[in-house]
Amino acid sequence: MSAASQFKEEAHEITRDLRHRQLIQTALGKYEIKRDEKKAAFQDWQAARQAAAETKWDAINHLDTYLQEFATKLEARGTKVHWASTAPQARDIILNIIREKKARTIVKSKAMTAEEIHLNDALEKSGFEVVESDLGEFIVQLRHEPPYHIVFPAMHLTRGDISELFARELGSAPTDSPEELTMIARRALRNKYVTADVGITGANFAIAETGMISITENEGNARLTAALPKTMISLLGIEKVLPKMEDLALFLPMLATAGAGQTITGYNSLYGGPRQPGESDGPDEFHVVLLDNRRTELLADAEQRDALHCIRCGACLNVCPIFRNVGGHTYGTTYSGPIGSVITPHLRGLQDWKHLSSASSLCGACTEACPVKIDLHHHLLHNRRNSATEKPNRLEKLGLKLFAFVVNHPAFYSLAKKMGRLMQPLHALVKGTRIDPAYGWTQSRDLPTMPRQSFKDWWRTRP
Amino acid sequence: MNVTLFVPCFVDALFPRVGISMVQILERLGHRVECPEEIACCGQPGFNSGCWQESRDVAVKVLDRLKDAEHVVVASGSCGAMLKVFYPELFGKTDRASAAQSLSKRVWEFSDFLVSKLGVTDLGARFPAKVTFHDGCHGLRELGIKRPPRALLEKVRDLQLIEMKDAETCCGFGGMFATKFPMISTAMGEVKCASALDTQADYIVSNDSSCLMHVQGLLTRQGKPIKTIHLAEILSQT
Amino acid sequence: MTEREKILGRIREALTLSAPMPGKHHSPAAHSSVNGHAVASASDWLPLVGEAFESQITTFRTCSTELKTDFQLFDSHEHLTSKLQEISRAESWQQIASHGGNLALPAAESLGLPILRTDSPYDVVALEKCDVGITECDALVAQTGSVLVTSRSAGGRALSVLPPHHVVIARREQLLADLPSAFALLQKKYASNYPSFISFITGPSRTGDIERILVLGAHGPKKLTVLCF
Ligand code: SF4
Repeated sequence: MSAASQFKEEAHEITRDLRHRQLIQTALGKYEIKRDEKKAAFQDWQAARQAAAETKWDAINHLDTYLQEFATKLEARGTKVHWASTAPQARDIILNIIREKKARTIVKSKAMTAEEIHLNDALEKSGFEVVESDLGEFIVQLRHEPPYHIVFPAMHLTRGDISELFARELGSAPTDSPEELTMIARRALRNKYVTADVGITGANFAIAETGMISITENEGNARLTAALPKTMISLLGIEKVLPKMEDLALFLPMLATAGAGQTITGYNSLYGGPRQPGESDGPDEFHVVLLDNRRTELLADAEQRDALHCIRCGACLNVCPIFRNVGGHTYGTTYSGPIGSVITPHLRGLQDWKHLSSASSLCGACTEACPVKIDLHHHLLHNRRNSATEKPNRLEKLGLKLFAFVVNHPAFYSLAKKMGRLMQPLHALVKGTRIDPAYGWTQSRDLPTMPRQSFKDWWRTRP
Repeated sequence: MNVTLFVPCFVDALFPRVGISMVQILERLGHRVECPEEIACCGQPGFNSGCWQESRDVAVKVLDRLKDAEHVVVASGSCGAMLKVFYPELFGKTDRASAAQSLSKRVWEFSDFLVSKLGVTDLGARFPAKVTFHDGCHGLRELGIKRPPRALLEKVRDLQLIEMKDAETCCGFGGMFATKFPMISTAMGEVKCASALDTQADYIVSNDSSCLMHVQGLLTRQGKPIKTIHLAEILSQT
Repeated sequence: MTEREKILGRIREALTLSAPMPGKHHSPAAHSSVNGHAVASASDWLPLVGEAFESQITTFRTCSTELKTDFQLFDSHEHLTSKLQEISRAESWQQIASHGGNLALPAAESLGLPILRTDSPYDVVALEKCDVGITECDALVAQTGSVLVTSRSAGGRALSVLPPHHVVIARREQLLADLPSAFALLQKKYASNYPSFISFITGPSRTGDIERILVLGAHGPKKLTVLCF
């Protein structure tokens, strides 16, 4: 089945699932209250957005310079920097490191880039045990599911679902306390950190000035992943760059506020290398894998280049009424929601993924929410235009041409209105049935009745 | 003041009362209103479908017809956004680029024109009902109109305005989206209607007939008690 | 050609086209010049923090309460130490871990318990068994209620995250107004040779992954205590 038909089919099912609707509305309702409170604490949220957008613009539009600076600084302090053009290359790089270390257990903290290259699959197929340490990721891993949301991976599950899952997979006693469930996961994972040979992380930012990666998290799992195993591997997209360390003073609170309604996330940690002389712990080896995977193609589209400014905060998903109704899994992509609909056609092919750009009312809530001011909903229009230019839908084009002809010729336009009025009684016979030509509308909604006199009729005949 | 009122096709054919109310209000305020008959559509269907050439085929007539208009008032926030925000992009690399820029500066959405341009909020209207206001997305986010419709409603005698939760959330219409993805559009509409029903209001008011067409369609089908009405229709009641 | 050269080549090729300025997509108005240091004035946009010590400490305290950090201010190191002893008794600490700082170590030693030191290579399994990690810090940040630590100031990477309770000993001079000042401090203190690990710790470990309900102690410390004098 094509990605488009699958999307439609799953959307059809899930939009009628009132339990899902309620769960997501409630969870995101809580988020909205906190976000508004934290946004209001900013002296000037809009100026902060503009500054963040400009800083990211600078980073992305000088990406070659900053990436080299980032890599050189890291290498100077003993980090091995790897460059991967494609997903298979990135997987091979990581597999080779792990094989060389003769590692058995791998502990991983949340990384959307790893989802993007299907790293867990590759590791497991090669016989390695990988444990997701972020609680939400741990839960969806046990369910053999991809994350539902880039920031809240297990948002679609209730405590009951999770209790059942833990009972089945971990043999724990059923409970409906989120606290107890969290402790079950904590106990299950503690030992893994201590014994794991390799730790894999993602990164939220790559600081060019100092050659450091910055990781944002609440749980401390990434910190443990970066502290205990002897080898640490961080996989990040090339767009993660920020020019200066001080830029974080703005980006850390904005990421937390927009994405989770926090002033700042629980732990924001910078890593500039493996254990340095005089330091007592930390990995002996630190590998940074820089992933392109068609980001340079998006970069080449100057009109949509700002999509690379994305800091993966998830705000656009949270406010998107499409996301809130179809949920994260329906997209069938690594990145869901508005940003996913914008970039997936670039990362995985326009013709296969253009339906995501059509599946939008273009309400613009995403653009308004985005802390780095990506012109998200207009890029959906750009994707629609690009795909229609590249591969026109003949029927739609014909329809629009006919429409253009009618509205451009007052006589025909009047005639069309008359015909519409005449057809109404006939339409009533098939209304809402599958043979109704307006079924797309009438399956769930009534059409207004056309009044006898249109506005223009009135205008023409008024005294 | 000379005002050119552009009544887009669906308002013309389906909601003539909205256009008539606008004419009456503007004339009552002493302005000269003209309604060009040769133009019917702003070109949004083609634009939103990605067929920009077909969109231009329609839009070019609007652009040329309104070339000398002093103030253009559009009877729909969505079509207003098309003229004001999207024409400059649609005609960006054509020889009409500057005409589109010039038109953009002269285009107003109806409620914004009354409040921000004419400085009027009290039209002497009376409407004894409880209402809740739905912000149409194009008016709200493309044109930045949040305050004007509320300022107008606040001055209507015997009217009680109750804000609904998530008034700014899209109703799910979205043009062709409503028929291309009816299941999503419907779910969004249901969420919207639920918020509106929670207010116990008698009417959902908006400055965009397209949203109201969608919402009313759902309400009628589901037999819900609340009704919809365009802001201009309320303002013209005396 | 290496992959590095290929990627950089593709980037340079892509950048030959220039991109519109941010947030100005539809606006015809010319954009004021972009400067990469826009963030220099971040203090003007971020949440407001007063200038006086008293108001900063109030902000830090308010944040701490919201974050469920136990924050206490003392007028002397002795008072602080006796508070630490009180906590130790209340929680029946058996094993403690700390590092060789002027503030942390004497306080830890006053508890009369065996101390695991993490200044030099140590046994991770033993650290995992400790009841508490007692550390110093580089700064406290009023704006966010954060504790700024580095591998140099706080006994490595694990001491402040592995034990179930993290106690921070700080001097009041270490309180900074906001995040920009914290980054300025890092630069001033370490620019010639940064520690390999820097972290802003803001509250005890937490998660909202189950129904967006807050639970403390997801993987890191269940408790964070900041004792300041
Ligand atoms: S596009 Fe913007 S709002 Fe969406 S995840 Fe990225 S940064 Fe956040």
